[in-house]
Amino acid sequence: MIEAKRIVKRFGDKTAVDDVSFTVGEGEILGFLGPNGAGKSTTLNILTGYLSASSGQALIEGIDVLEHPNEAKKRIGFLPEYAPLYLDMTVREYLNFVFELKGATLARKPHLSEVCGLAGLSDVENRVIRNLSKGYRQRVGIAGALIGNPKILIFDEPTIGLDPRQIVEIRNLIRNLGRDHTVLLSTHILSEVQAVCDRILVLNRGKVVADKPTGEFVRMASAPERLSLRIEGDSERVLRFLRAFEGVRKAVCGAQTEENCFDYTVDVKAGQDIRKDLFFALANAGFAVLAMEALGMSVEDIFIKLVRDGKGAQA
Amino acid sequence: MGAIYKRELKAYFISPVGYVFMGVFLVLSGVAFAASTLYASTSSTSAYFTYLLFSFIVLIPLLTMRLLSEERKLRTDQLLLTSPVSLHAVVLAKFFAAFTLFVLTLGLSCLNFLTVLPYGALNGALIFSQLCGIVLIGGAFCAIGLFLSAITENQLVSAVLSIGTIFALLGVGLITPNVQNNTLRAVLKWISIFDRYYTFGYGLFDFVSVFYYLSIAVIFLFLTVRVMEKRRWA
Repeated sequence: MIEAKRIVKRFGDKTAVDDVSFTVGEGEILGFLGPNGAGKSTTLNILTGYLSASSGQALIEGIDVLEHPNEAKKRIGFLPEYAPLYLDMTVREYLNFVFELKGATLARKPHLSEVCGLAGLSDVENRVIRNLSKGYRQRVGIAGALIGNPKILIFDEPTIGLDPRQIVEIRNLIRNLGRDHTVLLSTHILSEVQAVCDRILVLNRGKVVADKPTGEFVRMASAPERLSLRIEGDSERVLRFLRAFEGVRKAVCGAQTEENCFDYTVDVKAGQDIRKDLFFALANAGFAVLAMEALGMSVEDIFIKLVRDGKGAQA
Repeated sequence: MGAIYKRELKAYFISPVGYVFMGVFLVLSGVAFAASTLYASTSSTSAYFTYLLFSFIVLIPLLTMRLLSEERKLRTDQLLLTSPVSLHAVVLAKFFAAFTLFVLTLGLSCLNFLTVLPYGALNGALIFSQLCGIVLIGGAFCAIGLFLSAITENQLVSAVLSIGTIFALLGVGLITPNVQNNTLRAVLKWISIFDRYYTFGYGLFDFVSVFYYLSIAVIFLFLTVRVMEKRRWA
């Protein structure tokens, strides 16, 4: 279990983390979401004992990180924002070093092999880290965090720099680990937390703006405010039709993609989901919808919405 | 602590630094030895050890410049500091890795003495005393170099600072006799690494000097820990 109690971190007169409190329960995967500079990494660094908080308390399984650092750190596997790798070592040497550094007591050989297998490193074990691609280096970092089988895993942007296939692999890995570990991961990619996390905590400018189960979050984001459509038919007529449609705020015609077929971007009035109605209406009017995509809300959109909603609630 | 010590020693020989250090150390000591004993037709080793001391100005920074600056630059300090290892252990492991390589190389350089044996006897006890002094001074310099590698993430800056500091600590001994002001001279003599070494040079095992060199090492190791601790609170 991870507990952050009213953590504040000031760098000079800049407050990077401002009174952040939260709890990650046993076996839970909590996603830390926020734009760059929101204080995500700083918070994680405080929880892992790399930085000290200006005030507040960080507890790992009930152990104060500041008072009993070694006891607390033993229970954490941490992957920082930049994987802390010794580039001149081979993967195997590095993992061996981490094993000794953490004072792990498991049987070494099978454990290292298991970790390599989990992180997908088995075929590069004997290569020098300097020669590995960014994606593989990231995996070595993840493997390092898994060594010693700590109960608590803290990942700072674990999928950064990975290719799409690797991202899916790492997400699956994290989800599997979440079954018997407590996981805290940070990211600025909304779909990532959606895919992996049970609960989402949004940080902005060092403050917690939202702390909700993933389901609620998805509902917030799923009523799309912008649609991308590909429709066959005369662009003038389609555009006139779209603009007249109930719930459409704005419609713009984009590029022609095929003969007599154009892309359109449609802004929808807030809170309405017109996708189905629009589809049937277009079909009835004789316009074939070749593609429709809800342009998901970006993190920035979510923030704007959260901040807007927050103000609304206060007023 | 053992893990960091082992990794650090190994790292000297993965990069060329360890080889360069040993090579240059042995060449310099060989040349110094030949010039100070064989060519000077004497079996007295005091001049040799003095030369050796001055070679530390460049040699010790070579050993220590990377130790902590590189960790910070590559952000591997994040691994060390979030592992269940105390800061003291990290600093001590780094120190002893550098010190070990230094003592090993110094040991190898003792082969120089064999070249004099066909021509006359060496004073073993005197050499032992001088070696003890050199080892202690080397330890103190390693600690200073380690400290200076903790305050920057640039190896070059760390090396230049170490060279300057060691040069100053040794060089002060050369000017103290010419300082007229008594107080100033006393202060300079107190700082001077070299002035304390004389006793070893005479074959005296002076505990005050031993304590002096050990304290320098301990103080700078302590300061290194403080610097790293402070960074955490910054």
